[in-house]
Amino acid sequence: MIQAVMVISTQGKPRLLKFYNFQPPEKHQELVRGVFQLLSARPENVSNFVEADAIFGPGAKLVYKHLATLYFVFIFDSSENELAMLDLVQVFVETLDRCFKNVCELDIVFNFNKLHTILDEMILGGQVIETSSEQIVKSVEEIARLEKQSSTASIIPKSISDRFSR
Amino acid sequence: MEQLRTIGRELAMGSQGGWGQSKEFLDLVKSIGEARSKAEEDRIISRELEHLKRRLADPDVPRRKMKELLLRLVYAEMLGHDASFGHIHAVKMTHDESLPLKRTGYLAVALFIDERHDLVILVVNTIQKDLRSDNYLVVCAALTAASRLIGEEAIPAVLPQVVDLLAHPKEAVRKKAVMALHRFYQRSPSSVSHLVSNFRKRLCDNDPGVMGATLCPLYDLILEDPSSYKDLVVSFVNILKQVAERRLPTSYDYHQMPAPFIQIKLLKILAVLGSGDKQASGHMYTVLGDIFRKGDTASNIGNAILYECICCISSIYPNSKIMDAAAETTSKFLKSDSHNLKYMGIDALGRLIKINPDIAEEHQLSVIDCLEDPDDTLKRKTFELLYKMTKSTNVEVIVDRMIEYMISITDHHYKAEIASRCVELAEQFAPSNQWFIQTMNKVFEHAGDLVNIRVAHNLMRLIAEGFGEEDEGADSQLRSSAVDSYLRILGEPKLPSSFLQIICWVLGEYGTADGKHPASYIIGKLCDVAEAHPTDDTVRGYAVSAILKIFAFEIAVGRKTDMLPEFQSLVDELSASHSTDLQQRAYEVQALLGLHKQAVESVMPSDASCEDIEVDRNLSFLNSYVQQALDKGAAPYIPESERSGVASVGNYRTHDQHETSAHTLRFEAYELPKPSLPTATSQTSISLPTTDLVPVPEQSYYKDDHQMSRPQPSGNALSGEFGTKLRLDGVQKKWGRESYSSSSTPSSSTSSQQAANGSTNSDGGGLVVSSQARESSYGSKRQQGTEVSAEKQRLAASLFGSSAAKADRKGHAGRKAAKESHSTDKVNVAHAAPQPAKDQVIPAVPPPDLLDLGEPVSSSAPSADPFSQLDGLLGPASASPVLSGTSAPSASSTPDLMSIFSDDVQTGSTSGSTDATVGDVHLKNSQKGATSVAAKKGHSLQDALQKDATARQVGVTPTGNNPNLFKDLLG
Repeated sequence: MIQAVMVISTQGKPRLLKFYNFQPPEKHQELVRGVFQLLSARPENVSNFVEADAIFGPGAKLVYKHLATLYFVFIFDSSENELAMLDLVQVFVETLDRCFKNVCELDIVFNFNKLHTILDEMILGGQVIETSSEQIVKSVEEIARLEKQSSTASIIPKSISDRFSR
Repeated sequence: MEQLRTIGRELAMGSQGGWGQSKEFLDLVKSIGEARSKAEEDRIISRELEHLKRRLADPDVPRRKMKELLLRLVYAEMLGHDASFGHIHAVKMTHDESLPLKRTGYLAVALFIDERHDLVILVVNTIQKDLRSDNYLVVCAALTAASRLIGEEAIPAVLPQVVDLLAHPKEAVRKKAVMALHRFYQRSPSSVSHLVSNFRKRLCDNDPGVMGATLCPLYDLILEDPSSYKDLVVSFVNILKQVAERRLPTSYDYHQMPAPFIQIKLLKILAVLGSGDKQASGHMYTVLGDIFRKGDTASNIGNAILYECICCISSIYPNSKIMDAAAETTSKFLKSDSHNLKYMGIDALGRLIKINPDIAEEHQLSVIDCLEDPDDTLKRKTFELLYKMTKSTNVEVIVDRMIEYMISITDHHYKAEIASRCVELAEQFAPSNQWFIQTMNKVFEHAGDLVNIRVAHNLMRLIAEGFGEEDEGADSQLRSSAVDSYLRILGEPKLPSSFLQIICWVLGEYGTADGKHPASYIIGKLCDVAEAHPTDDTVRGYAVSAILKIFAFEIAVGRKTDMLPEFQSLVDELSASHSTDLQQRAYEVQALLGLHKQAVESVMPSDASCEDIEVDRNLSFLNSYVQQALDKGAAPYIPESERSGVASVGNYRTHDQHETSAHTLRFEAYELPKPSLPTATSQTSISLPTTDLVPVPEQSYYKDDHQMSRPQPSGNALSGEFGTKLRLDGVQKKWGRESYSSSSTPSSSTSSQQAANGSTNSDGGGLVVSSQARESSYGSKRQQGTEVSAEKQRLAASLFGSSAAKADRKGHAGRKAAKESHSTDKVNVAHAAPQPAKDQVIPAVPPPDLLDLGEPVSSSAPSADPFSQLDGLLGPASASPVLSGTSAPSASSTPDLMSIFSDDVQTGSTSGSTDATVGDVHLKNSQKGATSVAAKKGHSLQDALQKDATARQVGVTPTGNNPNLFKDLLG
C-alpha cells in the first residue's frame, strides 16, 4: 500500500503531507527532513526510485519526481510496483495541471486543500482507486460545483455551532 | 527569485480570489516565504496560531470564515507547529450541514488525529449519520473519513451502513465503500470476515472501476490464505485477458494502455495464486504470453506491466517458454538507457535467477555496468542481486566489490547492512581462511563499530584454530601473515574498537610465535594502542593481557625480557585505574613477571587458546583438605537443597569455604583465599591436549569454569579466564568446521578436508576422474532431457560460472601474491582449496574440457536464435484461432465480465492442450538452445575470460571497450 504522499519544495519546505499510516504530527517534520536530504543529495539523470527503509522502516520505497521547484514523493511498501507508482505521480501531476492550468508551486501552496481533495479521489486508505486524470478532474469539479451550490443555498442554523462553543 | 514570482502570482490570485482564500492567508504565506531564518518563520507562525486560537473560539465568526481559519490551522501544522487546540474545532465542523464546511472538517480531522485519539468518539456518530445521507458527496466524504478514523471498536457501529453502500447507484460510492471495508479488514480481519462473499460479488460489478477496487481487498485476503481462492483463478485470468484485449471502455486507458493498474493488481494476485501450483499456473501461461507479445516497451506504464508479468512468472510454476519471454524482456530492461528500467531489470533478474541461474550469465556485463553506475539506488539493487547469486566460485569478486562500496558510502544504516552481508557471505563461502581473514580485516577496519561483536570473536577463533587437522605449517603461516597485516594496520588512525580487540588478541597470542618480530617491538606497539585509547577499557584490557602473554612466552623460552619504560608506566597507571578489571590485569602482569619459568609455562602455555580446559567439577583435589578439616571437627557440608529452613547468607558462606558446589559459588567470586593453591594450579591450568574441535557448549560450561578459576589467585585465574573468555564468545556456532560448511553443503566441507592435499593432486589425477564423472552426468542429463529440474539447471549454471570465476581468481591470486610477496606455494594452498570440492560436487569442468565438449556440439547445433524459432511456433498455436474464437461471442453478448466465465472451461482446456504441444516442441528447442549456448561460450572462451579477468583486476569497467568478450557471450 501507499504509505504517504509528500510534496516538498526544493528548499525543503513541505507543501503537502498526507500519511495513510497515521504518523503523529510531531514526527512529520523529521520525515520531511529525512526525505529532503535523501532527494537533494541525488544527482540529475538517475533513477526515480530510492530505498527509504532508513526513514520509513524496512521495505519502504520511495518514488519521486522533480518538477520545477517541487519534489513529488510517493512512499509505499513492497506490494506496489515502482514503475506504476511513477506513473501515479504522473497522473497526480497531470491532474494538478488540468485543475490549475499550468500548475506552479504557488497554486499548491494556496490550494493545498484542493490537493487533498484530488488525492482523496486517487488514493483511498493507501490503495489506488482512480488513475484517469480526466475522471479525477471531473469529480473534483463536481465537488467544487456542489460545494458552491450548497454554500449559497443552505442556510445553516446557528444552533449547531452554539452547541459546541464554550 | 522565487519571492518575486510569489508576489506577482499572489496579486493575480488576490484579484481573482479564486479559491476563497482571504488576504490574510495570502499575507501569511507570503511572509513565511520571505522569512530570512527559521526563527523568524517560527515567530510568524506562533503569532498566527495565537490569532487563530482567538478567532476560532469566537462564536461570532461567520461560517465562511471558519473554513478558512481551519485551513490556516492545517497549514500551520503542516509546517511543524502544534495546533492541537484546534482539533476540537475541526471535529465540530464535521457536524456542520454545509458541504464545504463539512468536507473541510473531515479533511482536518483526518489529518490531525487517528483512530486512537479521544476525539474520534465525537466523529463516529457524524460519520454514521453522513453515511446515510442523500448527497453522495457527503457519503464519499464520510467514507474517506471512515477509512481513516474508524478503529477496531468503532467498526461495528458503521459496518452495516458501509455494507449497504456496496449497492449504491453511484460507482464512486461503491468503490469507496469497498476500500473502506478493505481498510476495516486491515484494522481487524475478524470484524469483516463474514463479508468475504461481498468482495467476490463486487468482482462482477458492472463498473470496471469497482471491480478494480475489489482487487485490493482480495489481494490481501489471498495473500493470507491462497488455497481458499483457487476457484477464482480462472475468473482472474479471464478478467485479465479481457482487460488486455481492450474490452474495457477507453476511459480506462492510460497512455494507450488498457487499465494498467488493474492489470498490475491482477498479475500480483495471479502470482500469489499460482505459486507452487502447477494446475493454477497452467491457466495463466497463455494470457501472460499474450501480454508479453503485446507488451509496449516504449511507455513507462507498459514496462510496469511487463515487469509485473516477470514477477508473476518467477512466482508461479515455471514454464520454459514463458520463462524465455521473461528473460528476453529482462534483457531489454537491462540494455535500456533509462535508469528506472535498469533498476527494474536488475530486480527482475534477481527473481528469475532463483528459477534458472543460467539467465544471469548473459547479463554479466550489464550487471557490472550497473555496479559502476553513479546512481546509488541502482548500485544497491545490484548488490542485492549479487548477494543473491553469490556462490563459492564468485564470492571473492563480489565481496571485494561490496567492501569497496561500503568504504565509499557514509550512510550508516546501509553501511551496517552491507557490512553484515559481507560477513555473512564470507562466512558462508570463504574459499580460504587467508582470504577470510583479509576480508574481515577490511570489514572491521571500515565498519568495525557497525558489525556484531560476535563476528570479531569468530575471527579470533578462526585464527586460533586455523585449518585444524594435520597441516600445522599452514596454520602458523596463516597466523604470521595475520600478525604482519595487523602490525601494518596498527599504523592507521581511528581503528574501531572491536578491530583493535582482535588485533591485540592476535598479537598477544601469536605476535612472537614465528620469531620475525622481537617481543619488545610488539610490546611497544601494544603499549601504543593502550595509550591511544585511554577511554576504551575493553581495548586496554585486551592490550594488557596481550602484553602479559608475550612476557609469559618469552619467559617460558628462557629469553630475558626487559621491562620497557612505557610499559612500566602503563602498568602503574592501570594499577590505579577506576576499572577493577584493568587493575586486576595490571596486578596479574606484575605478579607473573615475578614467577619462575616453569610456573609461567604452566600458567600461560603457548598457543593453547584452543585447548579445552578440563574442569574437575567435583573438586576432587580438595578432598584431602576437606578430610583434614573434618578430622579437626568441622561440620560436614550439606548441599543447599538438603538444607532445611532458612539458609542465611552467613552460614551459607561458611559452608562454602569447605566445599564448592556449582551454583553457590558464583556469589562469592572475588574473595576466598584458598589455602590449596599449589594443587589447584597444577590441576586446572594444565589442560589436556585434545583434538576435539567440536565447539564446547555454551553457558553452563562458562559458569563452571568461571567459578573454578576465580577463587584462585592472579596468574592462575587468568589463564583459565582468558581461555574461557575467548571460547565463550566464539563458541556460539559459526566457525566450527561444520557450521562453516553448513550452508554451502558438501562443497566447502570437502574443500576444507582436501585443502591439505589439494595442491598436490588436483591438477593431475583429480582432473581425470572429474572429467569422467562429468561425462556421465552430462549423458544422463541428456537422457532426462524433458524434465530439467531446477537442481540440474543450477549445476549447469555453475559450469560457466565456475570457470569464469576461476579465471577471475587467478587474477586475484596473482595480485595478492605480488602485493604481499608471500611464498607462492602458500597462495597455492589457499587457492587450490575450492578446486577439488568443485570437482566432487559438480562433476565438472576445468576449462579445457569445456572446450572439448563445445566443439562437436557447436557444429551440430545451428547458432540460430532459439527465440525466433519459438515465435514462429507460438504464433499460430496460441494466439489467433483458439482465443479469439471463444472470446469474441462473449464480448458481443454482454459487457458483463463474468459472463465469459461460462465458456472459459473450454478455453482453458484447448489452450492447455496447445500449450502442451508447444511446450514439447519448445523443450527440444531449449535443449538445443542450451547446447548452443555452451558452444558459444566454448568458443575462444579462455581468451575472453582472461580479458575479463584483467579488466576487473585493473578495475576498468568492461563496457564497450571489451568487444571481444561481449561478442563471445552474446553470440
